[in-house]
Amino acid sequence: MGERFSFKNGAIALIVAWTLIFIMVPNLLVGIVSFLERDAQDIVKPVFTLESYRALFDPVYLKIFGKSFMYSSVTTLITLALGFPFAFILTRTRESLQKPLLLLVIIPFWTSSLIRTYALIIILKANGIINTLLKAAGLIDRPLELLYTDLAVYTGLVYTLLPFMILPLYSALGKLDHSLIEAAFDLGAKPVEVFFRVVLPLSLPGVMAGSIMVFLPAMGLFYVPDLLGGAKSMLLGNLIKNQFLVAGNWPFGSAASIFLTILMLALVFLYFRTMKQFNTSVMEDI
Amino acid sequence: MNQKLKQCYLTLVYLFLYLPILALIVYSFNSAKYASTWKGATLNWYLKLFDNEVLMEAMLNSVYVAVTSSVAATAIGTLGALAFYRYRFAGRKILYTMVYSTMMSPDIVMGISLLTMFILLGIKTGFLTLALAHITFCLPFVIVTVYARISGFDPAIIDAAKDLGAGEFKIFRHIILPMTAPAVAAGWLLSFTLSLDDVIVSFFVTGPDFEILPLKIYSMVRLGVKPEVNALCTLLFIFTLLSVMTAHFLVKEKNR
Repeated sequence: MGERFSFKNGAIALIVAWTLIFIMVPNLLVGIVSFLERDAQDIVKPVFTLESYRALFDPVYLKIFGKSFMYSSVTTLITLALGFPFAFILTRTRESLQKPLLLLVIIPFWTSSLIRTYALIIILKANGIINTLLKAAGLIDRPLELLYTDLAVYTGLVYTLLPFMILPLYSALGKLDHSLIEAAFDLGAKPVEVFFRVVLPLSLPGVMAGSIMVFLPAMGLFYVPDLLGGAKSMLLGNLIKNQFLVAGNWPFGSAASIFLTILMLALVFLYFRTMKQFNTSVMEDI
Repeated sequence: MNQKLKQCYLTLVYLFLYLPILALIVYSFNSAKYASTWKGATLNWYLKLFDNEVLMEAMLNSVYVAVTSSVAATAIGTLGALAFYRYRFAGRKILYTMVYSTMMSPDIVMGISLLTMFILLGIKTGFLTLALAHITFCLPFVIVTVYARISGFDPAIIDAAKDLGAGEFKIFRHIILPMTAPAVAAGWLLSFTLSLDDVIVSFFVTGPDFEILPLKIYSMVRLGVKPEVNALCTLLFIFTLLSVMTAHFLVKEKNR
């Protein structure tokens, strides 16, 4: 056997080639561009410079990084706080009910975030549902300004990303052996101790997977602040987008993107290491 | 813990998840144009939507891209899952990690990296670049879905076929493909949905004369709420609902 053009070699070659050409090479190119000088005509000049990376530390951009980091962290914490009890209760619901309830989380997971963000606008806008209801109840005379605020951006991020936190958590908590919780209680542990010393450590893979799947997209979802926050709020995603499409500064946009890629690789590395320890995966169920 | 309290909590979270979507659906039938009050049911916005040639063209373009990229991603992804599961080759682990990371990486990173490559190579952005990009972000989802299914098999079946003289293609065609069919179908449906919905990657790799639906919606939504957009988003939501439910049942059917 061992013919060169066998089915086996074809299958391997196809996936290797696709991954190299459309994932590896584009990312390498972004890496290279980030070290080049910008050029008004040809996008970049083949001159090596660290200027783009130095610019990342410009106070103006540091502020955007800080803000984006803040949005992502707070969103992650809120989705975790909302999602953890939700997933836990879901795993303890009786079997026949659990499947349809889970499906109700999977549906928004796959629904376009743009459509969901738009739906949120209908609720939040000046003559939207919340304001109309409050007015009808006589609680306000003038509509509250809900849209185009920081709060709207947080609501939008939490709303679009909550399913991405719940599903990995559900998967991890479903594997939790509940007799361990009972054992801990029998041995005299308080509820807080049971949570922090039994439930949380054993569901760590789910917590990590969920946090990664919320934290990283929260930095890049440029249309959420665009639609809900007006021009005031800027995420890392908006910065990168503008550098490429408005300012025409590809090297700087690339450097910002490399920063995001390195952050992602670090988090994924951490995730895989935890996975190894636990010898499980929580991503397949999605 | 209190049973009532738990039910209450679940209900509240579901309300949070679904109230906006429900509002969207209800308003797509509301005859009032701007107000939030109900002024009676109408199909007017749906009719207006189908009369809107620009939107219809964008929808057709989106369907072309989604059909092309979902079929290609399913074919490549199924073979890829097989390669990752059955064959040992140099860099297999690194490659699998890369595919896996792609699923977690922010869309914007993929969008600008593909844009950079297409522009530097001088490839005109449009249908082709959109299709290539969409295949790339659908691929991991197909691979993971199909891989999970293959690894649920009894490997003895494949060994038996091999002992009886079946070649690699025969094993794939007569054993792996029929047994993974539900997962392959699910992967295809999910790819189609992902492609039809994508905003961020498409935003970068589309060309000026090839408009697709999500980007058209994005530019319309930026200008404010419009009843036709309500109707359009409702239709897209219902499509996602149906395909995700089908995919879900296909995967869960025999898996457990």
